[in-house]
Amino acid sequence: MELELERVDEIVEKNKEEAQKKSPLIPVLQDIQKTYGWLPEEAMKRAARKLGVSLASLSGVASFYNEFRLKPLGENHIVVCTGTACHVRGAPLLVAELERNLDIKVGQVTEDQKFSLETARCVGSCAVAPVILVNGEFHGNMTKKKISDLITELE
Amino acid sequence: MAKVSSPRDLEQYQKQAKAARDKIETFITMCGGTGCEGSGCREVIKEMDEKLAEKNLQESISLKVTGCQGFCEKGPLMVIRPAGNFYCNIQPDDVEEIIEKTVLKGESISRLEYQDPETEEKILKEEDIPFYQNQERLVFKNNGYISPTRIEDYFSVDGYSGLVEALFNMSQEEVIEEVVNSGLRGRGGGGFPTGQKWKLTYQEDSDPKYVICNSDEGDPGAYMDRSILEGNPHLVLEGMMIGAYAIGASQGFIYVRAEYPLAVKHINIAIEQAREWGLLGENILGSGFSFEVEIMEGAGAFICGEETALMASIEGKRGMPRPKPPFPATSGLWGQPTNINNVETLGNVPLIIKNGADWFNSIGTENSKGSKIFSLVGKVNNTGLIEVPMGITLREIVFDVGGGIPGGKEVKAVQSGGPSGGCIPKDLLDIPVDFDRLSEVGSIMGSGGLVVMDEDTCMVDVAKFFLDFTQDESCGECPPCRIGTRRMLEILNRITSGEGQEGDIELLERLGEDIIDTSLCGLGQTAPNPVISTIQYFKDEYEAHIYDKACPAGVCQDLIYYNIIEEECRACDRCRRVCPVEAIEGEPGGDPYILYDDICIRCGNCIEECPFSAIEIVPGQKE
Repeated sequence: MELELERVDEIVEKNKEEAQKKSPLIPVLQDIQKTYGWLPEEAMKRAARKLGVSLASLSGVASFYNEFRLKPLGENHIVVCTGTACHVRGAPLLVAELERNLDIKVGQVTEDQKFSLETARCVGSCAVAPVILVNGEFHGNMTKKKISDLITELE
Repeated sequence: MAKVSSPRDLEQYQKQAKAARDKIETFITMCGGTGCEGSGCREVIKEMDEKLAEKNLQESISLKVTGCQGFCEKGPLMVIRPAGNFYCNIQPDDVEEIIEKTVLKGESISRLEYQDPETEEKILKEEDIPFYQNQERLVFKNNGYISPTRIEDYFSVDGYSGLVEALFNMSQEEVIEEVVNSGLRGRGGGGFPTGQKWKLTYQEDSDPKYVICNSDEGDPGAYMDRSILEGNPHLVLEGMMIGAYAIGASQGFIYVRAEYPLAVKHINIAIEQAREWGLLGENILGSGFSFEVEIMEGAGAFICGEETALMASIEGKRGMPRPKPPFPATSGLWGQPTNINNVETLGNVPLIIKNGADWFNSIGTENSKGSKIFSLVGKVNNTGLIEVPMGITLREIVFDVGGGIPGGKEVKAVQSGGPSGGCIPKDLLDIPVDFDRLSEVGSIMGSGGLVVMDEDTCMVDVAKFFLDFTQDESCGECPPCRIGTRRMLEILNRITSGEGQEGDIELLERLGEDIIDTSLCGLGQTAPNPVISTIQYFKDEYEAHIYDKACPAGVCQDLIYYNIIEEECRACDRCRRVCPVEAIEGEPGGDPYILYDDICIRCGNCIEECPFSAIEIVPGQKE
């Protein structure tokens, strides 16, 4: 895949300008991820040069925070909330169902790149637990049945 | 663009906003919080907007999309004011009828009214619903009334009057004194007296100073800070500005989780509006006080809720805590004096300045003043966000506000304080909820998550759940936390998988104490709490797992098995059809079905599907 690396330059410039007192480093990584969907190595190298920091320190930050992805996602990204409320209302069974249905483990992408599966610590919709997010959209009071319907729909 | 350049201006705009509000005959307030979004409120709002336009009713009827109204379980929610009809679980198809019947004719629609789960009685108005009746909504007061994206709405509820009071009628010392006297303690978990914190930062002779609003709400099961930011962002901004004035800071930061997109959006809008109206920037309201605020989106690390880790994150580093002292009040962000308060804490500040310390002081217990917002979740009928006076008992919260346990089950415990807290058993439900009593029984107030657990919840599994969380979120800096929590998790894993050994309980206790004593920051110092408190109150469950190889609650998959009760089975074939691993065998209409335990993965499909309750979970391992 050919990346348009000029966009990295724009991102760095924009964030340097916007940051008043905070460091622009994490916002730059966030914007790179928003642009490409993940953090490609080439983009990180370019950003490190532009920011005047070493690639090692930029990678150090990227690998520390859960938000950053060092590999691309599937076309449809499914996140199962495994916060406390979701846990006691059966989230582990939903994870098992999704792993079985998609034939991947948490953190993996299906072979056809159609689905990726992750868990989240708490998305803060505890009252309608268990919750899953499909491409960023909240689905509350989830059941295994609703999950298979959703997946069929997306396929 | 109008500018507020003096207290008089503000008064004027407040009057205008109130007059504009009073002109409108009917308000339809629709909850637009994340909880209701999960139940599909956007479609209802869209439908309502279209229908009002179609019927040419936009002049006399105003549709207000508010922040979280708290009763997330029943979402999407709507209140029609001033009549007061409260509707829940609304679908887009209901909209036409709501407008025609309730809005235009004043008739109520019984189907959409709230039904009390106990008495099965329908309740017409919000204020008569037990869930709301037993609350004391101070910080949340305006959440269901105002639109969070309109600063005029905040003006209409006397918004920014607290700031005016502080800037024009009080010295910095007087503001601090007022907050000290109010007895306000930090709502983010630590419970440190807010006024004291301000005083320490104020006393530092160094420039610049910073204020930070900590909205990195990471406790799983807690979402009150998000709902305040989503529903009333100007309240938090006003609280921050009062704090900044008191300690002498001119720059603030709001550190908010990127996982809360709606909160990020609303606080951004609020800052933009405050700037446009002259409430942020140079020489605010002509007082000589200048203040700017910047948003930092957290990148998903639980540890960044710890203040020194949070500051490292703003500085663009890995979010690792550092030893204290020096405390942030002396040396914080970029080495400068920094005051960090939690969202809910700051939300209380304008109320204290407006109504006085004595008013605030009159609510609560001796050492815990005011109200506290809890997210009441788990195995309880009414889940949602509640704001209750300090000193209320856990029993009142679970049964009066929460409406009891669903399905006629027994409450087993209430977990408070997230991964740093503990499980309080049902025998102790009559303790008053305040900072001191909760720590006495081995838990903490924390940021306000209350997870109700019933007899089907396994306490060892819960302890394991939290340990799994903390060891995963441990930043890895200090060995007691990095290695210790992992070792504890390994022991819990072996207990729940049937490999528990004699001495495991004692080992967990000893390890836990060492981790508490020797960890660098609050994460490690509290991580063993869920394990220690469950051992304290539910030792029998641990023993059943270790010695009987049985999970009494029927949760831990290696310590239970599924059994088809022969007398109940009607050979309907449904279970066999839903089994993903072909563990069930039988002929439709023939003999009772057979379930092969060695193939069964305990996914629960068959139990859900069986109409005769013929499949049971048996604690223990099959012979």
